[in-house]
Amino acid sequence: MKILIQVILILSVIIISLALMRGGSNARHLAIRRLLLGFFAIVAALSIFFPNLLTKVAGWFGIGRGTDLVLYGVVVMLLVFIATTYQRYRAMEISVTKLARRIAIDETPKPWEVEGR
Amino acid sequence: MKRTWIVIPMYNEGTVVGDVVRSLQPTFGHVVCVDDGSSDDSAAIAAAAGAVVVSHPINLGQGAALQTGIEYALQDPELGCIVTFDADGQHRVVDARDMANRVLADEADIVLGSRFLDDRTQLSRMKRLVLKTAAFQSKLSTGLDLTDAHNGLRAFNPYVARNIKLTQNRMAHASELVNRLADLKPRYLEHPVEIIYTDYSKAKGQSLLNAVNILVELFMGQR
Repeated sequence: MKILIQVILILSVIIISLALMRGGSNARHLAIRRLLLGFFAIVAALSIFFPNLLTKVAGWFGIGRGTDLVLYGVVVMLLVFIATTYQRYRAMEISVTKLARRIAIDETPKPWEVEGR
Repeated sequence: MKRTWIVIPMYNEGTVVGDVVRSLQPTFGHVVCVDDGSSDDSAAIAAAAGAVVVSHPINLGQGAALQTGIEYALQDPELGCIVTFDADGQHRVVDARDMANRVLADEADIVLGSRFLDDRTQLSRMKRLVLKTAAFQSKLSTGLDLTDAHNGLRAFNPYVARNIKLTQNRMAHASELVNRLADLKPRYLEHPVEIIYTDYSKAKGQSLLNAVNILVELFMGQR
């Protein structure tokens, strides 16, 4: 049973990471992040009102305690965070590179324009 | 007469770049040095030696500097060939000239320098092993049979120059370039070149530790 939850978690990590890495539009990424955040908020609120709920849900998956379920969830969220942050870092690096390159090239004299005249 | 541009990425190479540019001048009239945010006076020295200097306002990495040099040269309407050349003096001007001539004669779209086609270049066993492994891996992943993918001396025509589009700013650009070539399928040739390992290039160049980075980038899918 434990192997099942591990497989599900790993699959979800891979699928979510892939979906977020695909590039896609920023609006879609934002929507996914908001959905995840909303889901997280609801679960957090419910677990405050029903402290045993998490343990019960964990039981369905064959996990001993609710805190373990939270731990697994945190691992998934962390990996998603790493994947999205890496994507944004790459996108920013590419933008900065293009900007710096544009400035560098524009500031440089072009000898062929002089020779041509 | 089509023009050949030499593209030299440089980062704090003030002690050697002047000699490199001067040694190129008699053969190649058009040398562009891309100063990648050096903190020394590389840019002034290269300019004094007669090169055109394109200065990155910030340090971006060698791959980014190469791409900048390529885009600068592409603006020249009479561009016939671009040769990438290292700033540390490890390449020979005659090799660059022969490779440029092969591109200008339209023997191939891109001519890649290789230190493994003859036995002129003296290499340590370890370095040879690392470079051979990198070449073997790149052959497996791209299908291109290149003997020396990490050689900085390359000559190519405007068609290849327009389509390379390097985005890996740091060391992975050599693997990225090979991957681009695999997609682009240009006519390519390898040309035997000699790498001169001076004390300077040994101290400054890719140490064996850097080979670890290259191998990791290769096997991790160069990302």
